[in-house]
Amino acid sequence: MSTAKNINITLKIWRQKNAKSKGSMETYKLDNVSTASSFLEMLDQLNEQLVNERKEPVAFDHDCREGICGMCSLYINGRAHGPDTGITTCQLHMRMFNDGDTIYVEPWRSRAFPVIKDLVVDRSAFDRIQQAGGFVSVNTSGNTIDANATPINKHDADKSFEAAACIGCGACVATCKNGSAMLFVGAKVSQYALLPQGKVEATQRVLNMVRQMDEEGFGNCTNTGACEIECPKGISLENIARMNREYLKASIK
Amino acid sequence: MAKSALLKSSLAKKYWMALTGLFLCLFLAGHLAGNLQLIFSDALHFNQYALFMTSNPAVKILSYLTYFSILFHAVDGFLLTYQNVKARPIGYAKNNPSANSSFSSRNMAVLGTLILVFIVTHMVNFWAVMHFDKNMPLQSITVEVMGQKQELYVTTNGGYMPVSQVAKSYEEAMKTGAQTYIEHRTDFYNTQARVKIGEGYKDLHKITVAFFKDAKLGLIATVLYVIAMFVLAFHLLHGFSSAFQSLGLNHPKYTPAIKGFGKAFAIVVPLLFAIIPVYIHFFLK
Ligand code: HEM
Ligand code: SF4
Ligand code: FES
Repeated sequence: MSTAKNINITLKIWRQKNAKSKGSMETYKLDNVSTASSFLEMLDQLNEQLVNERKEPVAFDHDCREGICGMCSLYINGRAHGPDTGITTCQLHMRMFNDGDTIYVEPWRSRAFPVIKDLVVDRSAFDRIQQAGGFVSVNTSGNTIDANATPINKHDADKSFEAAACIGCGACVATCKNGSAMLFVGAKVSQYALLPQGKVEATQRVLNMVRQMDEEGFGNCTNTGACEIECPKGISLENIARMNREYLKASIK
Repeated sequence: MAKSALLKSSLAKKYWMALTGLFLCLFLAGHLAGNLQLIFSDALHFNQYALFMTSNPAVKILSYLTYFSILFHAVDGFLLTYQNVKARPIGYAKNNPSANSSFSSRNMAVLGTLILVFIVTHMVNFWAVMHFDKNMPLQSITVEVMGQKQELYVTTNGGYMPVSQVAKSYEEAMKTGAQTYIEHRTDFYNTQARVKIGEGYKDLHKITVAFFKDAKLGLIATVLYVIAMFVLAFHLLHGFSSAFQSLGLNHPKYTPAIKGFGKAFAIVVPLLFAIIPVYIHFFLK
């Protein structure tokens, strides 16, 4: 398809030298951006321009560039991962924008995700939540059981699989007005709570993960539903409800 | 139990928020049923209901639960909101929250605070008067006896007491020689024997009608009341179904029904509340 054309845009980007410095929004003009390029390719193009001008390129996170690693972030024009739904920033294309547009690009804003540099934030709070309970303990000393040996209800398997689709990108936190991580934690708790393998540690898991979530300084869910809409993997609010049930069950045990 | 901190953790706070919020929804339904008597019933029935609400032991327990719920809901709401604000120290230069969430869901704390202001003024205007006002009028009716208009107090055992023969206090009765006087704000006492012979109704109906029909402030009071009900409607538009989600009750079959009922509740209940002062101010008598 040769419907691609070139557009000229203005970018307003958050620049911050390091975790300690203050940072501010800076304006850049970028011409001849192909609408066939991805958003991250557009940022690459900007960085080339900055390097040619002997300026510091914009730091941003990315890895797989195909929507599976969860590394790319960016709050674009007031939306996590930009306009368009069900995608990560690496899956966002410049055809979503028009000639002459001004595009705001900001890092995830959350106390638990401090900015390291420019658009890069530290999401290790998610890792610590995972380490607090997002696993099953299996004996791997040569006697692994075939996965299919344990019968699992198809409905539960599907729900668990849906929850497991979470890539830990943090868009839910970024978009939530409360900076709440409950969609992420809800997905991680649900993924295991639905399976027989996860039931063994279910009580400790939900108590520990929620405690860690609170300690990291994430906010509290108000059920606005923004996370569900912005999540690139379509993680449903049902998962937060399931976490709430699991926590209640675990609390009165 | 000890491990989970059923008061402190984020989820526990949400459970309490939801439980107290839903209890307050029940309270609203009950309160509305009572208030509607201002339109659909007469002064006597309304005052009988008011007396029942301030004296019945079961209702007393419910009312203490309601006071507790309002306080707990408000304090918990403030704590949650404080943490939520703290969770994002630097905001976005450009944000588009209406793309993914409703107005109500984003403004529960502001709406709730306005409701709190309303509840406090509402309690000063009516609840405190009913409970503490020394000069609360007792209900009386006007009858014609042989072409002569006469004011009669209505007593709780279905009797009547001519207003002209009841003194405001024992001292007054001693001076005027009245047969009867009022003691403990509502009791009728015989002056000679100094024993209780009956009890009157606090005329909350009269107070309420006077409040909303007041020449100077009646219109303002009516308008503010209606605005407060709008605020309540928006709070409930999100709050009702949100409480079920907080308690973990999300089910593909039942959640749509809960959401539908919640929307209807959020519109119908505040609307019926709001109609009452409008009716009193503009249409009564
Ligand atoms: C009759 C009065 C009220 C009723 C019926 C009511 C009802 C509710 C309900 C059902 C919820 C949803 C709970 C949840 O999402 O789990 C809620 C949430 C909330 N209410 Fe109220 N409420 C009332 C008054 C107040 C007052 C006086 C305040 C504060 C001063 C308040 C502040 C809040 C806040 C901040 C939330 C959001 C909490 C959250 O989702 O984290 N409400 N309310
Ligand atoms: S729940 Fe969705 S938005 Fe949140 S971290 Fe997982 S994939 Fe990202
Ligand atoms: S770079 Fe991996 S999901 Fe976007």
